[in-house]
Amino acid sequence: MKTEISYQELLKTSPYKPVKAKIVKTNKYTEFEKLFRIELDGKKDLEHVPGQFVQVSLFGVGEAPISICSSPTEKGFFELTVRRVGGLTNAMHKLETGSVLGIRGPFGKGFPLDAMRGNDLLIVAGGLGIVPLRSLIHYILDQRKDFGDVQILLGCKTPKDMLFGEEVEAWQKRADIKFNCTVDRADPDWKGNVGLITSLIPGASIEPKKTYAVVVGPPIMYKFVIVELLKKEIPGHQIVVSLERKMKCGLGKCGHCQIRGVYVCQSGPVFTYNDLQQMEGECHEGECHVKA
Amino acid sequence: MKYAIIAKTEMPRWFDSLKRHGKIFGPKKKEHQYVFRPINEFEEMSLVYIPTILPPKKYYFPQREALLKFSIDPYRTDKAIKEFEEFILFAVHTCDIAGIQCMDVVFNDAPADPNYLNRKEKMTIIGLECMSYCDTYASCTAVGNHVPRGGYDIMLTDLGDAYAMHVNSEKGEKLAAGKSYIREMSEADRGRLKRAQDEKLKKFHNEFNGDIKSVEKAFDDGFFSSVWQDVGRRCVGCTNCTAVCPTCYCFDIADEMEMNLNDGVRARTWSYCQMDDFAKVATGEDFRPGRDGRQRHRYYRKFKYPVAKYNKYFCTGCGRCTRTCMAKISLIETVNGLLDERKGA
Repeated sequence: MKTEISYQELLKTSPYKPVKAKIVKTNKYTEFEKLFRIELDGKKDLEHVPGQFVQVSLFGVGEAPISICSSPTEKGFFELTVRRVGGLTNAMHKLETGSVLGIRGPFGKGFPLDAMRGNDLLIVAGGLGIVPLRSLIHYILDQRKDFGDVQILLGCKTPKDMLFGEEVEAWQKRADIKFNCTVDRADPDWKGNVGLITSLIPGASIEPKKTYAVVVGPPIMYKFVIVELLKKEIPGHQIVVSLERKMKCGLGKCGHCQIRGVYVCQSGPVFTYNDLQQMEGECHEGECHVKA
Repeated sequence: MKYAIIAKTEMPRWFDSLKRHGKIFGPKKKEHQYVFRPINEFEEMSLVYIPTILPPKKYYFPQREALLKFSIDPYRTDKAIKEFEEFILFAVHTCDIAGIQCMDVVFNDAPADPNYLNRKEKMTIIGLECMSYCDTYASCTAVGNHVPRGGYDIMLTDLGDAYAMHVNSEKGEKLAAGKSYIREMSEADRGRLKRAQDEKLKKFHNEFNGDIKSVEKAFDDGFFSSVWQDVGRRCVGCTNCTAVCPTCYCFDIADEMEMNLNDGVRARTWSYCQMDDFAKVATGEDFRPGRDGRQRHRYYRKFKYPVAKYNKYFCTGCGRCTRTCMAKISLIETVNGLLDERKGA
């Protein structure tokens, strides 16, 4: 939220003060993942870019950074899909429609939409990585003609871990995008691919020079996926990832999210593979500096 | 009045006159060390002191500070503190003033931090120039902080029986103006000041085995140096080094509830990159595991990252991290280790 305000105004307000917001809809996808549709006070738009995140505040519990999963083309509300893993997210899961919470943000840099426009897109989502990518997918589908070929590769552990089930079915049926998914472990009803997400990449037909690959997944996934993308000769600046870190203040101050000299909350969480080269030695599980 | 003179015998009188401008904090002896404390009488202070256990940072970036007042039901938020009070830091060494200048840059950088800026606005800094080394841990000369380089309202330089005053701001002007016992500097006084400062410079030398440019290069190339493994093996992870650093500003934010469990404050407290869970997220991923990586991070946050971002070294040369280290990890030795490795290569 880069708003220019005067010094005197600044002293009156505080970047640490959340805005009041209300949950208007929830959808529990799995035991651990739940979607929240949220309205800011006065139904103001969040004005985010796909790939950005907000800090969710529950007073008495604290704050946690959560990526936005709806598109800015959807007006009057925004959506978060939250996996309950820590204090804040477990408390949040207990909230229902009508509950009040605080929001700060949006923070960080989102996906490079201007650079991506007019090019082909290869979207690779692993596990919870589909959450921030859903924001991008909704955005693209709402402005479909601005983008070239769009392929979505989705991977998750088992069929029952799959999020956004009805939407995913709709994506599969669309003629203007290619969609492919795989599970690590099938169940008896599963008729699709079985295997890691990396197994879907060699078969994807792309023109590397005009393709942006957008990859979001758990830290361990990046090194394997990036290797496959480099084999496809996609240039480093067209491989786009989103990194998880401990964003606390969102203001480039508190230090927790830093990778070498970079504050992820301000300069990220979206980076290109070329950006990651500068972070060698502080990336996790070989997120960066992958040699093809 | 840019340069003035005050006799040492008049210092208590001047000190008393400062009290009406705000609370005064100065250096005071505590057992065999020194601390900044509220000062009522001039005589309480120790004006010859090695850097205090904590830098005066505790007054402009407190260990615990409320950012926000809130209540859960009904949802309500409010600024935690409406007005900060005027205060004076007295006899601050040039290394600690450099620390304040670093914090200014960080908290002014957009998005700016209103709590810090508010406190800074209420702060008056009266510096005290060091005329000889405090001890062997300091590395102020290497980073150019052994001499005053701005960032203060008044700087005092010891001339034997008197102090030279460099009045450096409007605030400083107000504190010095209209006092019969503070007089403008004469030509002869200027000569004395110059001689004293020249004599002083003879006592100070670059503490590193190379100039600051070569230190910068050593950090450019030294990320994978074995120096970090060595430091990491010795580090016990106590976080003392980051707690006493005048330019460490990392923090945590946590909610503190009233007894009614409905009202509370959101407060920030100092946090340290040397803690093992500093970069650990809720899923259990630790993004900076290992004391070697964490110590390296601390050094890079002094000698590399802020240089690239703000064109400023965030090591003030105060020597506190070395003085306080339980494992006797020395900043001078670590930096020299990097420099020597380059020379050897």
